[in-house]
Amino acid sequence: MLCGLCKKKEATVHLTQIAGDKIQKVDLCEECAKEKGVNDPAGFSLADMLLGLGASQEMEEAAGGADLSCPSCGFTQADFKKTGRLGCADCYQTFAEGLESLLKSMHKGTRHIGKVPAGLRRTQDLQKRLSDLEGQLENAIKTENFEQAALLRDDIKSTRKDLEELASA
Amino acid sequence: MDLNEYLIPPTEATRRRGPHDRIVMTSRIRLARNLKAVPFPGWGKKPDRIKAAEIIRPAVESLPEMKGCFAESLDNLAALDKQLLVERHLISREHAAKGAGSALVLNRDETLCFMINEEDHIRMQALLPGLQLKEVWGTISKVDSRLEKKVDYAFTTEWGYLTACPTNLGTGIRVSAMLHLPGLVLAEQINQIIQSVNKLGLAVRGLYGEGTEALGNVFQVSNQMTLGETEEAIVERLNKVLSQIIEHEENARAKLLEKKPKMLLNQIGRAFGALSNAHIISSKETMNLLSCLKLGVDVGLFPGVDRTLVDELFLITQPAHLQHNSTEKLGADERDLRRADLLRERLASVSRPLAELPGSPEAGGEAG
Repeated sequence: MLCGLCKKKEATVHLTQIAGDKIQKVDLCEECAKEKGVNDPAGFSLADMLLGLGASQEMEEAAGGADLSCPSCGFTQADFKKTGRLGCADCYQTFAEGLESLLKSMHKGTRHIGKVPAGLRRTQDLQKRLSDLEGQLENAIKTENFEQAALLRDDIKSTRKDLEELASA
Repeated sequence: MDLNEYLIPPTEATRRRGPHDRIVMTSRIRLARNLKAVPFPGWGKKPDRIKAAEIIRPAVESLPEMKGCFAESLDNLAALDKQLLVERHLISREHAAKGAGSALVLNRDETLCFMINEEDHIRMQALLPGLQLKEVWGTISKVDSRLEKKVDYAFTTEWGYLTACPTNLGTGIRVSAMLHLPGLVLAEQINQIIQSVNKLGLAVRGLYGEGTEALGNVFQVSNQMTLGETEEAIVERLNKVLSQIIEHEENARAKLLEKKPKMLLNQIGRAFGALSNAHIISSKETMNLLSCLKLGVDVGLFPGVDRTLVDELFLITQPAHLQHNSTEKLGADERDLRRADLLRERLASVSRPLAELPGSPEAGGEAG
């Protein structure tokens, strides 16, 4: 078996990490292992290295063998394998499919439920209000409650306007 | 502005107090943020980094919390200044190694520090002495909310704040506390604690963060997962774990006092002996011995000695701080001499530790 990093020398160091329900393996040659500080328990983070190796494998699979590259910054899967870091904000879109399973093994969930910038939070609130109002309007029309429908239509109009103002701000 | 004149003198800096500060040295939270339109610092070219800094720096400097701040590009700082900042835990070693485009903005009381173009465009951190994670989160979140009005963050509803490394994705938060755990180390329980803390999805690191040794029995505990959990939940989880570690450390100390008093007296006595009589001493040995000395002060073997003295020595015996107090350039060997001189001088007025633990039955009237 060849070393997973340099792909040149025979792998003699074999590492396994179990995170959640996922088992990840890395096989390294003596030199790469040394370079990555495998022998130094304080300095070595298997997670960091697996991040590079494991993730790029998953990303390759997700891309069906094609080497994806980010249209905004030119970052490729090979770059990710090398650094374990992404190139720009748009990379998350480009490599979304492969990242999903990686994130699953790394984090508590795959959806952000924490803090949202205030501006965006207001947009989200308005969007939710808009879809609520539209549902109510549909109902009002179905039940031929036209008086209510007229009121709802006005509400929808003003919510749309608020949204537009937010977007242009 | 001269950094050395700006930084709070060590005597003053170590005098700050907080809850549980016998064990919890500092509470710290850092948030990772990036600009929407510029490649991440590690991938972008130099002009990209400079562009990012030109957007971020004035925005940060204009925050009311940063009034009277120290702001400087890293390539304008001397290597010694950067090392000084690392020893104070104000910037990371990674950041200190960066050049053009990277900058730091530090507030007057050193409780807020922005690293510009570290691994992410913005790494902002707040810190307070003792265990005060909720307060720290309140501070940093407020600053973050102000800054988001001035710069365009890379954020999606699905994945939250986008970061260069997917390990920081979502909240971009790292909540950490620096702990002094000599009791657990001496009682040989520390590995057990580290393992159980790891199982809870938290990381334990050494004194200077990622990939560093636990010098002076100082450990950093922090969260690893950043996505799929709210900031408040992460802070709360860490708070709970830290309270337990504090309890274990207190128990370990109490047990050592009770079951192995001679071992404890021996460690502390030898540490004092070496520190107050050495003529050549390395930084590493100093930190490990100072940890014992601090434990000695904590358990009452040095009546009348303030723990801030030990904390101060811990800081001023580190390489850059030693160098800073010297007029000529010191090599490692000369530093070991200077360090020993400094320790002997500062410990000259400290009486040797009590021969018996205060409160133990044999101690009798001797402690008075």
